[in-house]
Amino acid sequence: MSFSWAKPYEPKHPVMRWLDERLPLPRVIYGAIGGGYPVPRNLNYWWNFGVLAGIFLTIQILTGIVLAMHYTASTTDAFNSVNQLIMRDVNAGWLLRYAHMNGASFFFLVVYIHMFRGLYYGSYKAPRELVWMLGLVIYLLMMATAFMGYVLPWGQMSYWGAQVITNFFSAIPVVGDPLRVWVLGGYAPDQAALTRFFSLHYLLPFVIAGVVILHIWSLHIPGSGNPTGVDVKDERDTLPFHPFYTAKDGWFAAAFLLFYAIVTYFLPNYLGNPDNYIPANNLATPAEIVPEWYLLPFYAILRSFTADFILPAKLWGVVAMFSSILLLFFLPWLDKSAVRSGAYRPVFKRFFWLLVVDVIVLGWVGGSPVKPLTVAVGQVAAAYYFLHFLVILPLISRFETPLPLPSSITESVLDHREAESLPPSAARRRTKAATAAAE
Amino acid sequence: MVRVVGFIVGLVFAGVLLIAFIGNLASYFSSPPAPLAADEFHLPPKDVHFTSDGPFGKFDNRQLQRGFQVFSEVCSACHSLKLVSFRDLKGIGYDDAEIKKIASDWKVQAPSINPDTGEPATRKPLPSDTIPPPFPNEVAARAANNNALPPDLSLITKARVGGPHYVYSILTGFQNQPAALLKKFPDAKTPPNLHYNPYFANLNIAMPPPLTTDGQVEYKDGTKPTVDQMARDVAAFLVWTAQPDLERRHAAGLAVVIFLLIGTILAYFAKQQIWHEVHGGVRITGPLEPENQAKTRRAKAKAGVAG
Repeated sequence: MSFSWAKPYEPKHPVMRWLDERLPLPRVIYGAIGGGYPVPRNLNYWWNFGVLAGIFLTIQILTGIVLAMHYTASTTDAFNSVNQLIMRDVNAGWLLRYAHMNGASFFFLVVYIHMFRGLYYGSYKAPRELVWMLGLVIYLLMMATAFMGYVLPWGQMSYWGAQVITNFFSAIPVVGDPLRVWVLGGYAPDQAALTRFFSLHYLLPFVIAGVVILHIWSLHIPGSGNPTGVDVKDERDTLPFHPFYTAKDGWFAAAFLLFYAIVTYFLPNYLGNPDNYIPANNLATPAEIVPEWYLLPFYAILRSFTADFILPAKLWGVVAMFSSILLLFFLPWLDKSAVRSGAYRPVFKRFFWLLVVDVIVLGWVGGSPVKPLTVAVGQVAAAYYFLHFLVILPLISRFETPLPLPSSITESVLDHREAESLPPSAARRRTKAATAAAE
Repeated sequence: MVRVVGFIVGLVFAGVLLIAFIGNLASYFSSPPAPLAADEFHLPPKDVHFTSDGPFGKFDNRQLQRGFQVFSEVCSACHSLKLVSFRDLKGIGYDDAEIKKIASDWKVQAPSINPDTGEPATRKPLPSDTIPPPFPNEVAARAANNNALPPDLSLITKARVGGPHYVYSILTGFQNQPAALLKKFPDAKTPPNLHYNPYFANLNIAMPPPLTTDGQVEYKDGTKPTVDQMARDVAAFLVWTAQPDLERRHAAGLAVVIFLLIGTILAYFAKQQIWHEVHGGVRITGPLEPENQAKTRRAKAKAGVAG
């Protein structure tokens, strides 16, 4: 693979040798997640979330395939097939359904941490631009899949969520309304929409799995990044993925699944909306139409555009909402700083945490009832979101003086360990001196 | 180029948001939204304890049976329980014979077909039937209830914020409209055919108070049927109808958590074992590497151990 010292695959068993000569699948796996993939030795726990995302994709596909065996995609039967057949009569159906419902939330939680890790440590920068962009493709596919999956139980929030989201199309000038009718197969969400959403909800996870393979493939060409952002120089900087990172990912995955199990078994409906336990009714609009928590920041951006300025407010909202994700594709070229890691970028670091707070505020606004003051907060937060990526980040990368980088990964690891082994007072003096030197 | 375009796009979005922000605040200060009676007088559900609450929550079958009695004697006059079959009542402690009797004695017949003529007919419900609804369709339900539709109760404790606490609060929350409310909001007088209940979202509920007097239901197990007790029992029963899996889920959850906890601890020690040599600063090699064997020999010699 990427580094000259990566160990080539040496089959130990004659059967494996026989297979390897004809179809080098074991070789590919060994090079991807085995001893043949050298990984920087200094990864911290924020690097565990990529593997976790893969685990949750697997959980979603497995539980989803079994759920689909019992689900009926019909506007008259969908609600009962979920809430009566699956939840009451299918063996462990309640477990499958709660695991799938909460699995979606955990998949997004893990992916959000994975993305913010990438934002902080500059994982989107050369030579990993394509890794970042393929990740964004996965994220967009995830949002589409999650939205269509939420429609399937055909509860109140399913129906009205579908109504709101498909309304985005009608904001497009001229072709908007016919396009919406074409997408829905009717003038409102109905049987035609439900059946096609079910079909696509089954298809897209496999498309995601395909893009995940490309994502990992493009990662393995330059190799994984690391918290210092310094390039790998020689063999001392890396450890083979197996057994070191399989062991580290293994225990952390078990710990995270523990967290997932606690929510799934003890608070299964905590993250859901009670209204979705009411069957869909096209004559009764719910008091508040809200998407699932993981889409709330974008919902807040959509609703922040309340003024008709040249274009109608609705079109502004839809364009801004899509732009808020699409602009991330340009991030590798918006942020020109040669230093990857936020740990060595004092100004960037402050704005990064401001962005984290900003996205949380947007999420809160997205989930709150529409009141003038909450909308005002959302407008400020939405403006910051765009300014952060499109104005502040390019300016920082131009004017910021980064801290001195360690000359190699190994040096940064050794420095860290030396500091740990010093008595606390000496270590504190050392840190102070280092900070003073940096400033 | 990307950055120039981005810069402009960013400023345009921020500018449009600024216009929206100013317009939003201007309209807020020029015509502040009028307060609503529901904003000030709506109350959160009462804080009562149910055995099903919390991560170790369980059901009390005697209470569930009392709740089922309240449902069948009071609530089922207007409310359906469409997702629950008679056979499911096994889950709250009835045996097969009792379930058969409950089904065949049910006051509403199950729809059927006359085997001779093929015309629509009715028959006594069987344990495999879902509980027949009191009204054949929505139009009939509305016609009998001043155009209000009594909701199906199967999932009601999952479909309302507060679950059983909400159901209990609604059942025990009927009262006269407070004078303070009418004084502040003279237009908010409860309309005829509606009933004031501060636990209902808009304060005025179409349902008349269903539980009005102590002893409305005669409990077989000797529990005193106060309004409070009946409300508690039926709310507890409706937790079961919405989540018949609750007890099994909690038990399985505990087992899974213990299993994963042990797994996590073992996997953590395995990780520590594997990473030990990295943290010790030793090159990543096995114990049989000449370098490491030499180290072992030196250490043994130093400690005076033979071999």
